[in-house]
Amino acid sequence: MSPKDDLPQIRDARVNWEEGTLQKVLSRFPERKPEFKTPSGTEVKRVYTPEDVAELDYNRDLGFPGLYPFTRGVQPTMYRGRFWTMRQYAGFATAEESNERYKYLLAQGQTGLSVAFDLPTQIGYDSDHSLAAGEVGKVGVAIDSLADMEILFDGIPLDKVSTSMTINAPAAVLLAMYMGVAEKQGVPFHKLNGTIQNDILKEYVARGTYIFPPAPSMRLITNIFEFCSQHVPEWNTISISGYHIREAGSTAAQEIAFTLSNGIAYVQAAVDAGLNVDDFAPRLSFFFNSHLDFFEEIAKFRAARRLWARIMKERFGAKKDKSLMLRFHTQTGGSTLTAQQPDNNIVRVALQALAAVLGGTQSLHTNSRDEALALPTEESVRIALRTQQIIAYESGVADTIDPLAGSYYVESLTNSLEKQAEEYIAKIDELGGAVKAIENGYMQREIQDAAYEYQRAIEKQERIVVGVNRFQIDEEPPKGLLQVDPAVGELQKKKLAVLRQSRDNIAVATVLDELEQVAKGNDNLMPVILKAVKSYATLGEICDRMRRVFGEYVAQDLL
Amino acid sequence: MERKIRVLVAKPGLDGHDRGAKVIARALRDAGMEVIYTGLRQTPEQIVTAAIQEDVDAIGLSCLSGAHNHLFPRVVELLKEHNAEDILVFGGGVIPDADIPGLKAAGIKEIFTPGTSTQDVIAFLEAHVRR
Amino acid sequence: MARAISAAENDPPVVQAFLREHSQRLGRARIVGITGPPGAGKSTLTGCLAAELVNRGFSLGLLLVDPSSPFTGGAILGDRLRLPDIAQHPQVFVRSMSSRGSMGGLSKATSDAVKLLDAFGMDFVLIETVGTGQAETDIVSVADSVIVVAVPGLGDDIQALKAGILEIADLFVVNKADREGAEKTERELLHMLKMQPSSSGWTIPVIRTVATKNEGIGELANKLLAHYEFLRESGLLLRQRVARAEQELKDLLRSRMMQEFERLMGPALYRDLAQEIVAGEQSLYDTADKLWQQFLVRITQKGGSASD
Repeated sequence: MSPKDDLPQIRDARVNWEEGTLQKVLSRFPERKPEFKTPSGTEVKRVYTPEDVAELDYNRDLGFPGLYPFTRGVQPTMYRGRFWTMRQYAGFATAEESNERYKYLLAQGQTGLSVAFDLPTQIGYDSDHSLAAGEVGKVGVAIDSLADMEILFDGIPLDKVSTSMTINAPAAVLLAMYMGVAEKQGVPFHKLNGTIQNDILKEYVARGTYIFPPAPSMRLITNIFEFCSQHVPEWNTISISGYHIREAGSTAAQEIAFTLSNGIAYVQAAVDAGLNVDDFAPRLSFFFNSHLDFFEEIAKFRAARRLWARIMKERFGAKKDKSLMLRFHTQTGGSTLTAQQPDNNIVRVALQALAAVLGGTQSLHTNSRDEALALPTEESVRIALRTQQIIAYESGVADTIDPLAGSYYVESLTNSLEKQAEEYIAKIDELGGAVKAIENGYMQREIQDAAYEYQRAIEKQERIVVGVNRFQIDEEPPKGLLQVDPAVGELQKKKLAVLRQSRDNIAVATVLDELEQVAKGNDNLMPVILKAVKSYATLGEICDRMRRVFGEYVAQDLL
Repeated sequence: MERKIRVLVAKPGLDGHDRGAKVIARALRDAGMEVIYTGLRQTPEQIVTAAIQEDVDAIGLSCLSGAHNHLFPRVVELLKEHNAEDILVFGGGVIPDADIPGLKAAGIKEIFTPGTSTQDVIAFLEAHVRR
Repeated sequence: MARAISAAENDPPVVQAFLREHSQRLGRARIVGITGPPGAGKSTLTGCLAAELVNRGFSLGLLLVDPSSPFTGGAILGDRLRLPDIAQHPQVFVRSMSSRGSMGGLSKATSDAVKLLDAFGMDFVLIETVGTGQAETDIVSVADSVIVVAVPGLGDDIQALKAGILEIADLFVVNKADREGAEKTERELLHMLKMQPSSSGWTIPVIRTVATKNEGIGELANKLLAHYEFLRESGLLLRQRVARAEQELKDLLRSRMMQEFERLMGPALYRDLAQEIVAGEQSLYDTADKLWQQFLVRITQKGGSASD
């Protein structure tokens, strides 16, 4: 960075400053706190100098946008070519209502869809299952069969939008339904563009919507990698997610480390299944949180890119540039939103969104101010989207690439986060890899410890949350929150009853039997799942057959 | 012999967000209570069976999925059916203010919304559980 | 029953009264201890074994013992979450207990809870404890049969197992037997058993299970029942239980005598004497002799009112 010869002079000057000017002031005016730390516990120094980045080698560690190790970004022109995709996660109640919300968002200038499914859908239960009671349509849209999916994307040409679906354990089934809709619209599979989350490992760690045990789950994922590389080549087959790990309370370093460790497990599983790494790796994508500490978050994104590129190259011997690139979606930190003085959340979200953009995200969801209270209203979602548009069109930050590169602080943080993450990854390797580290509860414990520490810091006033533990006011309860009609459950049940009567039930039973046979063997499950979906077998029916063969996962986490 | 407060912490329904439930469980433990943590995806029936077998003083329910209006009152109802309404029920999660009066009328003793200090929950239990 | 176990934890006299009244009903339950290192999958295995026994028509009580925090006395009892289905069965009663300061071992409350479940007519009482420290040797004093759970891939831990656990096992389980190294673990266990054959004439079996897939559980249940038959037919069951009753009697009397001692001699007696011992002013033995003489004098004067 700066010629190494300058370092002794800089050090002398720093020591002079510390002992003179600084000491004089400190002796009379002590600083706000005895020590400063990022929320992840990294110590923050008073001032950073070239000494802190003495080891940095520009070409080796930073390079240029679009070139290995991609620290500065994955594309050569980044946002000068095209802004990030503005993609608001949405979905609630029925397919009809969600379809309306999607059309509204597209009309407002949103550039990609992001589908939220309700919990029964995410866990592979039909809306009439006893465990679905009270949950149908609550945190997302209820999808029971291809019939619902047809309504969800009615009037939305699938060759024109990119669609991200937050679906994990039954990802294969929902992807098959999406393909079913494409077929009806006459859109060929190779024109389909989008992402399925499909990241089961973080479900065991942090999010909880698992169905099957790890081994069959990994098989399903590998099956999707293989099938899509042949038939749906533009589809992002997985979104390896640190978002929920962070929401569960991890630090920034843990977020990178656990996410990349999970990524390593997926790549290893696919390689072990005989796939060529460069056939599927270009379609791997990632999903990170943008949390409170502005600089640490920017450094996190940069560190993750550099580390992943090295892992893919050195550990897996990937050759294609696209296999080495860590492309990621970002969502602002839901757990940082407060129920108190909810309008303050607009500002939090703006800062977090700015960090994501300065960190080089490929797409972004900005949270709505009222999400600590309920599902967001249309107005709140619009403000959240406008926040992104203001950053993109007005702030000027998108006009040059990776503008914080070379900041002594940001580069030093980037190095430090990368190092911390590497240590965690080494530890997980030692435990036998991510699956083992999850099965024995290692990741969960690390995250719970961090979450508990964080909560204690707030309660001891070591961390200030504006409006929560300082600057509180008496507030009226907020008005105009979105309420999901409790009748959704009944409505969805009726639709299911009609479906079960009107379809060809013999054909459904035959294909479900076939599915069960394939599940027992070793063949790729995707073709038979697609066939089942097109016969209007329901999500629950398909998942039940797999449950019968694969069994169900029981959480092993300890507190 | 010292009587310890026993609390069952449960996640009813399908919601997988257990950060809050686990933080509360730890805070109650550190306050000297015995916490039975039952994990995710518990039906009201399972929760009530566990609460009765474990002879707990209180049940803490956490739900962030919006299904609280269905799940929380069902737990109280089942406790009544089993003549165990002396077990105190409290809840937390993403729960709109508008829902709180209805939940309290259904027999939920207290609702803690986001931003609640764990100390408040401890103080609440110490004040309301008596033997 | 739930309230009775709470009484065992909090109000011993109530339980004593109950157990006095129902002494003839005791001794019918088969008491099984399950122990092993953390992460061996004991809870899942216990759940599966419970389900298997229930399917064979037995009723059972399940005691899950977790260590409590030595600092606050609080505890998080999380084992229950690994056996959700079985807990709902009408023939099953599940209770989580903390060790409540008995140094990770089983508390008096645990053995009273076992007796209560016995008195309530349970066919089986399964006690699951984490296999660290005191608990695993304590379990022998409570259980008729002890199952020790091992897992492959713990490497040197087999050696560690040898030290404390080998003597107490009536049955060995190699759980997670679908993992690499299961055969090796089994082989090592069998080898160790060959080196130290059990003196009772019972051949300690090594059973491979995959609890998460319910594999090997039937065989485990068979062997468990066989062990009980062996104990009964060989007369060992009776001998074990007589020995246990003798021990309990001694423990009870010992604690009563200590109570009586402290009652007669007054409180806060040890601290000062201990300081003198440490300071070298008195020897330990002289101090004990002196106290004992004083005690004998007082107890003869007062005629020794053991009960108050």
